[in-house]
Amino acid sequence: MDFVVIQLLNGLASASSLFLVACGLSIIFGVTRIVNFAHGSFYMLGAYIAYSLVELLPRTPLGFWGGVALAALAVGAIGGAVEIALLKRIYRAPELFQLLATFGVVLVVADLALKIWGAEELLAPRPPGLRGAVMILGRAFPQYDLLLIAVGPVVLAALWLLFHRTRWGALVRAATQDRDMVAALGVNQGRLFTGVFFLGSLLAGLGGALQLPREAANLQMDLSTIAEAFVITVVGGMGSIAGAYVAALLVAVLQAFGIVVFPKITLVLIFLVMAVVLAFRPYGLFGRAAAEPRAAGAEAQPLGAGDGRAWRWVVPGLALLAVLPPLAGGYAVSVVTEIVILALFAASLHFMMGPGGMPSFGHAAFFGLGAYGAALAARDVGAPMLLGLAVAPVAAALLALACGWFCVRLSGVYLAMLTLAVAQIVWSVAFQWTGITGGDNGILGVWPADWARGKTVFYLLTLLLCGGSLWLLRRIVFAPFGAALRGGRDAPRRAEASGIDLTAVRWTGFVIAALFAGLAGGLFAYSKGSVFPTYIAISRSIDALLMVLLGGIGTLAGPPVGAVVFVGLQEEISRYTDLWRLLLGLVIITLVVAFPEGIAGFAARWRRRAEGAT
Amino acid sequence: MSLLAVDGIAKAYGGVEAVAGVSFALAEGEFVALIGPNGAGKTTCFNMLGGQIRPDRGTVRFEGHDITGASPRRIARLGVARTFQITQSFASMSVRENVQLALIAHHRRVFSFLPRAAALYRPEATALLERVGMADQAERQCGILAYGDLKRVELALALAQAPRLLLMDEPTAGMAAQERLTLMALAAGLARAQDISLLFTEHDMDVVFAHADRIIVLDRGRILAEGPPAAVRADRRVREVYLGSGAMFAA
Repeated sequence: MDFVVIQLLNGLASASSLFLVACGLSIIFGVTRIVNFAHGSFYMLGAYIAYSLVELLPRTPLGFWGGVALAALAVGAIGGAVEIALLKRIYRAPELFQLLATFGVVLVVADLALKIWGAEELLAPRPPGLRGAVMILGRAFPQYDLLLIAVGPVVLAALWLLFHRTRWGALVRAATQDRDMVAALGVNQGRLFTGVFFLGSLLAGLGGALQLPREAANLQMDLSTIAEAFVITVVGGMGSIAGAYVAALLVAVLQAFGIVVFPKITLVLIFLVMAVVLAFRPYGLFGRAAAEPRAAGAEAQPLGAGDGRAWRWVVPGLALLAVLPPLAGGYAVSVVTEIVILALFAASLHFMMGPGGMPSFGHAAFFGLGAYGAALAARDVGAPMLLGLAVAPVAAALLALACGWFCVRLSGVYLAMLTLAVAQIVWSVAFQWTGITGGDNGILGVWPADWARGKTVFYLLTLLLCGGSLWLLRRIVFAPFGAALRGGRDAPRRAEASGIDLTAVRWTGFVIAALFAGLAGGLFAYSKGSVFPTYIAISRSIDALLMVLLGGIGTLAGPPVGAVVFVGLQEEISRYTDLWRLLLGLVIITLVVAFPEGIAGFAARWRRRAEGAT
Repeated sequence: MSLLAVDGIAKAYGGVEAVAGVSFALAEGEFVALIGPNGAGKTTCFNMLGGQIRPDRGTVRFEGHDITGASPRRIARLGVARTFQITQSFASMSVRENVQLALIAHHRRVFSFLPRAAALYRPEATALLERVGMADQAERQCGILAYGDLKRVELALALAQAPRLLLMDEPTAGMAAQERLTLMALAAGLARAQDISLLFTEHDMDVVFAHADRIIVLDRGRILAEGPPAAVRADRRVREVYLGSGAMFAA
């Protein structure tokens, strides 16, 4: 009994911090419709800034709490500044570009934090006056954690008062329901959005600062926190603050008991909860379908006719690709091999996001499963390379077949979150099932067959398979199936009323995307000679998103262009400086502000304009 | 046997019965208008017939098939096409591609992965566009069309299904007066020529009296009156429901 109570209290203490981050995210999304990936970075900044301030200020209760409060305010100000300097310029851009911009912020903050605070974990002492423990049912429980338990409900109450007793709060609630209407009524949206960003970031910073004595500040906090915060927000219902609290309690308490009963489950548990909730309540526990933005359809750009004209570029391009890198030498061949593989990975994601209208934050699940499928086939069955390369797409497609049934029923952010959950579950299986997957050490010795051992031969094989796959994907987009997929994205009700089985079409599209991602993963495994859980990590899914968005979602040339730019930037920048993420982030931010349609999308429009002028 | 037989369908939202037991039948080749003041339950009724909403109770039969609560897809495949109050078209595609996709779906060729969609049913699509007067805009993207033209495209999309019954929910909403009469005359002419039955809701009484063989008046989820246009026009209760907007009966 005493044990149950202590674990329950532990869960409640963790819930407060989760709630602070998640409700900040939820408020920001509710009003601005921006999926703020930088929210986890704000949380991390809160922890680091609080650490510095607490070290600096006198070691008194006032020093500690003053440091925490100042850190939260500072993060709020940073969030507000990001909104003013960056996001304000791109509110009219498609949702996914706003997402890309916030990725840019994540990269910048990650490198700045590394530069300022270093790579070591930083743990702050508990505040003076709360260092002891109280005895609860004969067990010691930290005083500080008791205080944390109270923070959640206090903040919830404060927010409730803010939203229900002030004019500003009423505007926020109104904008959450229908921001176009609020704007039509003459409310200054700009200031409202900045204010909301300030508040949301402040809550994230506060969450990070308060968690500091319990959990050391570290550089992995940004992505791990954003994943958890997304889950909480989605489980509670986007835009619902009470929902965020209930979801935080649910998840934290389940975690607290899960860690005791079945320690291995904790990494997955939170995502399992989300998968279950979304399967039954597609808009979360307290969420409702949001009002459709009135400018719908603005994102759907025409793809062009899909006639043979692209060949004029593709054939000479492929010929050059086949000849030039081998002439340039081994290093160039390795880099271009990686680019070609990642181009296929990005194109497979683009297939479901662009024509399919199904965004995914967890596409690495299929890439990684393909890689592991090939590696396991090679190690345990002794499969030759070509068989391994056949296993890879099949393994990924089977996973997609199983989870697609849940996923394709959802749309937008909810779909993206569920795919993230799938990826995290696959990742933690790869990470924890040490007996089969080797855990963190991965699987080594996945080498190509003897005839393909040479870098150039393997490169040409890769070029052949990826080029063929890209051609197939393109054919499918312009085939009746692709037309139905695009039609379902443009006007789902019309598509159903025309007799199209939209669920089956989207499900099939999901499986096709996974199939090609799996092939890319298999090729990647053989090109590197090994597989690791990082192939499935969130950051890899984000890489794919970056490539797709950099290239441009509205054009089929986008993913290859994005892959070239992404790998190129990474290679070039890391040659001159170790701050490559910072520079990449700045480049992304600049690109988003300058080319809100992506690079290839911008080029396509420029070409159309040039053609129109002549 | 009637083409469409609706028996006691009802749908409640919260405590409010938007449609509270509506029954009617529609004979082959018949044009029926469903009218009533705002909030009478017309669109809810329509969405129950088209499969977008599942009725709480009651049955809908089409050519003898029970289609109560069936999916829009199945209803479409049995031969019921519809247009929406706010037009729904595939905005990223050209006008012709829109119709080609509808034809592809009608011919059950959606799960075909290699042929070029743009090369399929091209003459048929052009012919349909000619019939609705949109052939000259076949290459334009749907997302940039004028509203009245979108309505024509939607009509072509519906006709691509070679339907036995066409459901049109406020086909002329949001259009100028002259445009309304033209569009409805076009739809009615095409339906008559192909023996398609027509069920439509409409606020414009000129349109209703010009084309309906029979009128059903809905009020607060129930049928208030039903009959040929002249009888409905003379009905005292109908006049009361429309009081305040009674001007439309002066014509």
